[in-house]
Amino acid sequence: MASLAFTPHLRNVIDPTPRPVAGATVRDALEACFEESPAARGYVLDDQGRLRKHVAIFLNNSRGDPATILETSVSETCEIFVMQALSGG
Amino acid sequence: MSDRLLISTRKGLFDLRRSSTNAWSIDSFQFEGRPATFTMRDPKTGTLFVSITEGHFGPKLHRSNDDGNTWEELNAPAFPDGGDDAKSIMVFWSMFMGANGRLWLGTIPAGVFHSDDLGDTWHMNEAFWAIEGRPKWMGGGFDDSGVHSICIDPRNPDHVSVAISIGGVWRSEDGGASWRSTCNGMRADYTPPDLAEDPDQQDPHCVSQCAAAPDHLWMQHHNGIFKSDNLGGNWTEIKQAGPSTFGFPVAVHPSDPDTAWFVPGVKDEYRYPKDGKFVVTRTRDGGQSFDVLDKGLPQAASYDIVYRHALSIDKTGNRLAMGSTTGGVWVTENGGDEWSELPERFPPVAAVTYV
Repeated sequence: MASLAFTPHLRNVIDPTPRPVAGATVRDALEACFEESPAARGYVLDDQGRLRKHVAIFLNNSRGDPATILETSVSETCEIFVMQALSGG
Repeated sequence: MSDRLLISTRKGLFDLRRSSTNAWSIDSFQFEGRPATFTMRDPKTGTLFVSITEGHFGPKLHRSNDDGNTWEELNAPAFPDGGDDAKSIMVFWSMFMGANGRLWLGTIPAGVFHSDDLGDTWHMNEAFWAIEGRPKWMGGGFDDSGVHSICIDPRNPDHVSVAISIGGVWRSEDGGASWRSTCNGMRADYTPPDLAEDPDQQDPHCVSQCAAAPDHLWMQHHNGIFKSDNLGGNWTEIKQAGPSTFGFPVAVHPSDPDTAWFVPGVKDEYRYPKDGKFVVTRTRDGGQSFDVLDKGLPQAASYDIVYRHALSIDKTGNRLAMGSTTGGVWVTENGGDEWSELPERFPPVAAVTYV
């Protein structure tokens, strides 16, 4: 299974440590986490379900294109990391 | 008299209490490191609400049912799903509780929501969202237009006025089922000249309503100071008010509609006190004349600007408090004749609220 981790900045709303996740896309993987920690959803996605402007998602240590990363396919060996972009603080 | 102040800052929420000797001290510091935008307290239930605007993680609403000891994050309202180009909420910018227990919420981009259960569930005001002139509204200091002032008539909670930067002042007399623009008399000299009186181009920075005489509204507009004595039916411009008529907040005396306070700055590409002298202006005669109040305020090299929600008045009309962009907080107990500066150096202040 792919692995998904969050920035420690989100520790108040979700366990940030890496965990195995099921799902065909990055969005699927995130939604699986949000089912367990629903409060985290609004921190990563806006009210239209889009990636927040100042949140970055890395896939295998490469920053994903914000416009397409949520629908990007993930493989069994993918490592997904969600962090705050340093532009928005 | 109110002995409690909530200071919403770039780095969290400070809860201040006044001792019997007119000294204010920090009772608690909450939401550490998180930008607090606005705070309000329901006068009936004592429920506290705070708007947090996370730089990375978006706007949040929190509520406390135990006077600020503990907080819970609320399910945030959302704009309708409108496809890839749909707007999303950037800031929960203003809140006001009507006498009927209906909580109103204004947002950036300019939207209006209400809740009848203290924020458990929210309903978007569809009629406001559908206002025809909305595409002409613009951001004023933000990327999009926003609702920063909500005035609910204490005589009838269905009578609501809201103000938008930039989009004018709108009024509903049917609980939000319909809205009409109330901008007659306003003037916008920052637009192409032919659009100066266009209601949708007006930039009210803040609108306040006199609690005891609710027909009377005062407005700090981007263009200057305006007042209305007929619920916004007509606005009259006040062209002279001390060093400048530019600023952001306005406070109205709760029982005297002719008394109001402003915090002037040099408009509008500078936005700091004229000559570095930080003053408050006050009228007691409906805008015919203004006192320039400077006792206790820095009179040299001051670049403090007070944002639209950062000037608060208590129910007596004697106590006012204000906080600045450079972290100064001042209080007065005699209507502004004399100010005292708190010793703390706060983070940039977004809002000050007597509770």
